[in-house]
Amino acid sequence: MTQLLQTLVDGLTVGALYALIALGYTMVYGILKFINFAHSDVFALGVHMTIVIAGWLGVSAMASTLPPWYIGPVVLILAMLSCGLVGFIIERFAYRPLRGAPRINVLITAIGVSLLLQNVGQLKPFFAQSLPRLHIPFGPYPSAIPALLPDTVLFTVANVQFTLVNAAVVGTAVLLMLALQYLIYSTKLGMAMRAVSFSPRNAGLMGINVDLIISMTFVIGSMLAAAAGFLYALKYQGQAKQTADSMWVMLGLKAFVAAVVGGIGNVRGAVLGGLLIGLIEFFGVVYVSSNYRDAYVFAILIIVLLFRPEGVLGRATVEKV
Amino acid sequence: MKPSLGASALQAVWPLAASILIGLIMFKLIGPWSGGFASKVMLVAGINIVLAVSLTIVNGFTGQFSMGHAGFMAVGGYAAAMIVYYGSMRLWGSADFAGGVLSNAGDQVSFTGPFIGKGDWLFIVACLVGGVFAAIAGYIVGLPSLRLRGDYLAIVTLGFGEIVRVLLQGTPDQIQPWKAATAKDVPLYKLPLMLGGPKGFNLLPIYTTLFWVYLAVGLTLILVYRLKASSSGRAFLSIREDEVAAQAMGVDITRYKVRAFVLSSFIAGVAGALYGLDIGAISATELGFQKSFDIIIMVVLGGMGSISGATLAAIILTILPELLRDPPPVWPAGAFVLLVMVIVQAVRKRWNIKSLVVMAIVTAVLEAARQYCVSKGINIAEYRLVIYALMLILMMILRPEGLFGVNEIWDYLGLRSKKLAKRVRRSQKGAAA
Repeated sequence: MTQLLQTLVDGLTVGALYALIALGYTMVYGILKFINFAHSDVFALGVHMTIVIAGWLGVSAMASTLPPWYIGPVVLILAMLSCGLVGFIIERFAYRPLRGAPRINVLITAIGVSLLLQNVGQLKPFFAQSLPRLHIPFGPYPSAIPALLPDTVLFTVANVQFTLVNAAVVGTAVLLMLALQYLIYSTKLGMAMRAVSFSPRNAGLMGINVDLIISMTFVIGSMLAAAAGFLYALKYQGQAKQTADSMWVMLGLKAFVAAVVGGIGNVRGAVLGGLLIGLIEFFGVVYVSSNYRDAYVFAILIIVLLFRPEGVLGRATVEKV
Repeated sequence: MKPSLGASALQAVWPLAASILIGLIMFKLIGPWSGGFASKVMLVAGINIVLAVSLTIVNGFTGQFSMGHAGFMAVGGYAAAMIVYYGSMRLWGSADFAGGVLSNAGDQVSFTGPFIGKGDWLFIVACLVGGVFAAIAGYIVGLPSLRLRGDYLAIVTLGFGEIVRVLLQGTPDQIQPWKAATAKDVPLYKLPLMLGGPKGFNLLPIYTTLFWVYLAVGLTLILVYRLKASSSGRAFLSIREDEVAAQAMGVDITRYKVRAFVLSSFIAGVAGALYGLDIGAISATELGFQKSFDIIIMVVLGGMGSISGATLAAIILTILPELLRDPPPVWPAGAFVLLVMVIVQAVRKRWNIKSLVVMAIVTAVLEAARQYCVSKGINIAEYRLVIYALMLILMMILRPEGLFGVNEIWDYLGLRSKKLAKRVRRSQKGAAA
């Protein structure tokens, strides 16, 4: 019983992270009908930026006392803004020139952007000596994730501890998803986004600035990925940052699987898919074998694509000739 | 009118003979002449050529975007390694090198073995069986997923590559060579599973040499070139151009897509076998989606659908990291290319001053960059992947068809098309009159 509950809690927490990242994939696919492979790297960048911004604000991983409570939200907002800016730049310079190009070209460009983001962070810039604090985001220097929240236990049910960190992660994720829901279904901007995803040309004819809406979509998606990065750093606080960010990119890739499983293009599907994939991964690791952790998620992907390619909540589209 | 037996026998046999000849020339002449490091680079370039050309069948000819090619390479490599290693153990009691002159990568002068040793036959069988295993994997992956549209196929192949990697990393440890006697006790069905797990499958005997690699290169190039000109190849190209029109013309799309997939996986499996038995170790960790991306970059750079483009891009992208490590002066190579361009334009009497100027500017900029980096002590090799990524993005925006597009190198040099051009001109004159 304890193990079941613990697995459930862990699975839902990580599932919330997957859901946040999957929302970015789903929104971009809904509007542009293309899979933004670089999104997982924006998540990794979000974790990076959290560590860096926390460092700039004076929080140190070696400190024995925790920083004041308001540092957390400030770091979150700054990380979201910076990743939103990165998302805007990516869309503006890499994807917009290819707006009408064949699908395969955009796919390759997305792969290129993904590689670029992964490897730029590994560089040691040659101007590092003159600007000492600037070199923190770059370079494969190991650094520890600073602790931002006290690790107090809220309550215990059946030997499973629900900590403040868990509550904060799930709570923030739920808050952001509700905010997105409100944005898309109850605001004018959201209506414009839904219109553009339905038919970009007709939306343009109705007076909507399609370029602006697409940029906004990318920015919002990147901001959600950055929030997921912040929450990841929150959950694993105190641990050392891996110099190989491929583990974080793998997490983003699993979120992509979550988006596809839930029904890509469907916002609610992304949330459902995220929670499903989180639960499946953790139940597989605990009850079957922890060796094949990544394989469960990809196996689910293949099964879903073979038997229900539109996803759980998606609608089957008929390809018209 | 049937062609004569001699002529058709000759046409069937000359590719194999030519490939063997190329392999021998590379192995006996060019390899020792260029030294240890350069022959190592040529070996890696040869394997990359085989991989890039095999991916061209799926990505280039058929237009299906497959992102799991390294997975097939891993399947083939592990299968071949398993056959060589455990086969040596069970047949001869030890996992040492048992090959002949053609497989001996070390000192040629003091080697006293036969020309083709018993290990060589095991090696050949292992490579082919590795290819067959990879082809089976290609069939299993391809048959259900080739109904899916472009993006989804890319994801499924990516997922398959990852699953292969994870499964291979979960295998139990291999039998160490000093415990080879115990290999006879292990039942035959359990033996193939002991593939080393996360540490990889190592301590393999090294059989790959320039000869085998360039034999494979020759055979692959001829095979794929003939494939492109065959009716299957035309079916592939028609699927790339317009699937619905191809279906209307009676092309069974799924069958041909699966065929392309299986063939390319077979060749990738053979390449994986050569790769694994060259270093003496194979590890699934390094054959993940990073390696798949490397091969995809070669195919995209060369032009999807062009065999010579993929070959050229494979060579360039293999040499590039070595060049970036210690960048040589750019201006000799730039001047040489400029001279070749001038000669070609003079021969064809078609001057293109703009391209000459662009080439000169590019050479100057690269040389200046190199001088700057050398003077500031910046190591460009670290920026290699960033350069690749930027190059990929810029190419997709500026020249998405790659170096050669869907044409081959002889289409641009006008080597074969003189008769064709005359025929075209005559027909145009006829149409105009």
